[in-house]
Amino acid sequence: MSAAYRLRSNPGAACALGIIVVLIALALVGPWLNPNDIESLDWAHVAAEPGLIGAHWFGTDRLGRDLFVRTLEGTRVSLAVGLAASAISLAVGISYGAVAGYAGGRTDQLMMRFIEVLSGLPLIFFVIFLTVVFGRSQYLLFLTIGAVGWLTMARIVRGQTLSIRQREFIEAAVASGASSARIIVKHVVPNLLGPVIVYATLTVPQIILFESFLSFLGLGVQEPHASLGTLIAEGAGEMEAAPWILLVPGSFLAILLLCLNIFGDGLRDALDVKER
Amino acid sequence: MTYFFKRLAGAVPTLFIIITAAFFLIRAAPGGPFDQEQALPPEILANLQSAYGLDLPIWAQYGRYIGALAHGDFGPSFKYKDFSVTELIGQGFPVTLQLGIIALVLALAVGVPLGTFAALHHNSAADYATMSLAVVGIAIPSFVVLPFLGLFFGIYLHWLPVAGWEPGSIRHLVLPVIALCLPPLAYIARMTRGSMLEVLRSHFIRTAFAKGLPLHIVILRHALRPALLPVASYLAPAVASIMTGSLVVESIAGLPGIGRYLVQGALNRDYTLVMGMVIIYSALLIAMGLVVDLLYVWLDPRIRFGR
Repeated sequence: MSAAYRLRSNPGAACALGIIVVLIALALVGPWLNPNDIESLDWAHVAAEPGLIGAHWFGTDRLGRDLFVRTLEGTRVSLAVGLAASAISLAVGISYGAVAGYAGGRTDQLMMRFIEVLSGLPLIFFVIFLTVVFGRSQYLLFLTIGAVGWLTMARIVRGQTLSIRQREFIEAAVASGASSARIIVKHVVPNLLGPVIVYATLTVPQIILFESFLSFLGLGVQEPHASLGTLIAEGAGEMEAAPWILLVPGSFLAILLLCLNIFGDGLRDALDVKER
Repeated sequence: MTYFFKRLAGAVPTLFIIITAAFFLIRAAPGGPFDQEQALPPEILANLQSAYGLDLPIWAQYGRYIGALAHGDFGPSFKYKDFSVTELIGQGFPVTLQLGIIALVLALAVGVPLGTFAALHHNSAADYATMSLAVVGIAIPSFVVLPFLGLFFGIYLHWLPVAGWEPGSIRHLVLPVIALCLPPLAYIARMTRGSMLEVLRSHFIRTAFAKGLPLHIVILRHALRPALLPVASYLAPAVASIMTGSLVVESIAGLPGIGRYLVQGALNRDYTLVMGMVIIYSALLIAMGLVVDLLYVWLDPRIRFGR
């Protein structure tokens, strides 16, 4: 109750949440608001400035594709990848962290050492390396991004589990003969909800950034699909002649990431979750 | 000191494991460096492969590679004909290193004072303004910041070049460096503020103020060192972030660094080039980890006398 109140009394976070909702709604229904579709080429208006001509509200790119529709489509792809990959990293992080924290002792030390080693590596290089070794595919994109996003989550879940393990209801469950697996699933994980939600909201922008970075390099989402990263890469090449091709998707990505970060920070402060 | 040498001894096997894993993984990948749209005639392919030693059994290839590497030879590049990887890295690395070092120094030189400033004005408008700026710096990636900066300062104002490179020219480095240093700068400012707030509440700071020391002496001589501990541990991730950023920043700004080789080499299955990049980057990171350890010993005397 007080957490919701604290969140609402933080104008920045509330504002950010509002903008996120608007962006998601736009990404979902936006393409139907505009008569143009994603792939149609309007040769009469190539690299047209934003305006009302041909209903190209945000202008068109070099091939005459409508930027309004493409940007919203890109936002949707970026959001979808971000959510799906976050879900993967969430699942991996929670199970790993809960097992490590509940097992404790040697096992815990070993599992945490592994995470330490992994987080010392620059993960983007690892992802680039994986995409190269296994080829460029959409599923692999989800998997590799999700697989590298779980480290922080595992660390936080493990810390929380360590303290939950000391509580009486766990002792009671052990005394009543519940197996370790059952205790983890039924008693530990449900009590992790608060911190997990906070770090999930902070993971989504990280993963969106990751994805758009890879797409920017040409290693992520492939044509004919476009994510915000691909669109920004296209725009960066046309900066001088048609700056809006860069400015539109660039602003969308900037605003989206900014709002997700502000909201995540606000949520963390409201729920008062400690990093470690 | 013995601690440092112990860490140094640990670093070598780590690097060796990374090299070995990368070597076998990349050769396990489908496709080879001589794949083209039109398949090469088998005789030519066989000749090419034997010229590069690719026809040998994989263990022999590995042995040859490690042997050459021990002499500082990264082998010939498969795609950039007539260039060895050592030459390619030798040409590009100084540019990347220059860019990265300036960005890192700038991030520290601006981030630490900014965070200290925010901590000293805790909960004031200046504090909120600084931390809001930090969120912007953390949230917005360099591949958005750099084109936006280029558009504004380069194309509209004509103050600075949008892209390109001239040896020794500082003007060409300004925008890439700014774009590259913003995320670590923002993190450092945020961290310094947090740890500084904690340190300022501790007893020895109260004592220092109680003896009547002026503010700047208290900060510089007493508070800064302990407050910098978390910043020191962030240095290795900061270097990783700058390395990652340099991949895109170099390609947007058209700088002749080594950033572009990783992605290009990877897409071209240029085994030796990718291996060279992996080795250079991991060696840099491991070295940075050692620097952080040394910094820790300097910042926190307890480590020196403890374990």
